[in-house]
Amino acid sequence: MAHEDRRAPDTLHCRNSPPAAPLRTQSAPTDPTTMSRHLAIVPAYNEAAAIAATVGDLHAHTDFDVLVVDDGSTDPTSECARAAGAAVVRHPFNLGIGGAVQSGYQYALEHGYEIAVQVDGDGQHDARHVDELLRHLQEHPELDMVTGSRFLEMTADGYRSTLPRRAGIRLFARLLSAVVGRPVSDPTSGFRMVGRRGIELFARDYPHDYPEVEAVLLLHFHQLRGTEIPVRMRPRTSGVSSINAQRSAYYMIKVLLAILVGLLRARPAVEAGDRAPVAAESSI
Amino acid sequence: MSTNVQILAIVVTACLFGIVFELVRRRRMMERYALLWLFASAVLLALAVWRDLLEEVAQAVGIYYAPSALFAIAFGFVLVLLLHFSLVISRLADQTKVLAQRLGLLQTEVDRLRAELASQAGEQEREREYSRST
Repeated sequence: MAHEDRRAPDTLHCRNSPPAAPLRTQSAPTDPTTMSRHLAIVPAYNEAAAIAATVGDLHAHTDFDVLVVDDGSTDPTSECARAAGAAVVRHPFNLGIGGAVQSGYQYALEHGYEIAVQVDGDGQHDARHVDELLRHLQEHPELDMVTGSRFLEMTADGYRSTLPRRAGIRLFARLLSAVVGRPVSDPTSGFRMVGRRGIELFARDYPHDYPEVEAVLLLHFHQLRGTEIPVRMRPRTSGVSSINAQRSAYYMIKVLLAILVGLLRARPAVEAGDRAPVAAESSI
Repeated sequence: MSTNVQILAIVVTACLFGIVFELVRRRRMMERYALLWLFASAVLLALAVWRDLLEEVAQAVGIYYAPSALFAIAFGFVLVLLLHFSLVISRLADQTKVLAQRLGLLQTEVDRLRAELASQAGEQEREREYSRST
């Protein structure tokens, strides 16, 4: 079914992007003369229903180039994204969110982008906040990363989550704040913007399975600085969270292990200056 | 150690050694992954054949029933092998990830260059037609 769809782009089941979105297929994002220096990285796995709207939102509310990283989807996510005017990097098979996001940073590095922002493909992240992140990053040149946090200001129509999940997030928030020495209120937020140094770091080394918490650590261990600003997130419009009830125990333990191991690691396993290394090969 | 147990131990370890060797000979297994197997089965075979050595080892560690020592040593080898495989799998998974990412990025680049070439060719064609018509 999905394969037939892929060959017939005219009959895609893409939900159309909002009418405000200008179609940017003509000015290809990689054209060096018209290229903006800002890239929005949208990791997407089987998000054909939502991806066009996400890309359209980004085009409507920001001047960011949009890169959709299709992480081996079996539905026409790539075609929908391309039709909506985004550049697309497609993985031959599913690598997981960490691998997808890292591909985005590698693309940003190779194409010389100065600033990159991660935006989820499922519509949780509101494109209108991107400019706020950008302004904050530009006003504070000492910062390397700005994260959009759901929990800095509690609002009636803001993000709601289940109790155990919020408890878990709060635990990580406490732990992480203690480790990195700055308040981290939303350690699982994937809505964040980094400058050039962050792009270089993440292109070379990015955590695998559930990367958000570990990425904050990674940044800290490489002595880059981050902060948070409040944003509102919407409930997802399609797909399911990669963290369901059964997996959350595994998630908790794995991330706790990552924090512990990270603390005990004498120095960063990956130094800046190389291509993406095969980290599991680099030492004993 | 009764003779029956000894015969069984010799047959099993000899078979293991033979199978691994044959797999390497047929290139089904790479030498670098066979080395640990061959070493393990060789040691176990030696201990199974050389009864006195096994008795001595068992006594030194405080195992009263010598064939149990054989099991214990075999278990140790299995642990080392499994650890080794976890390392190998981690490396392979990491390599695969890097490859898939490179492939995706290169594919995007190839598509872009192709589109560029096609539009260039189209422009030249149009210019040629224009100069022909004037």
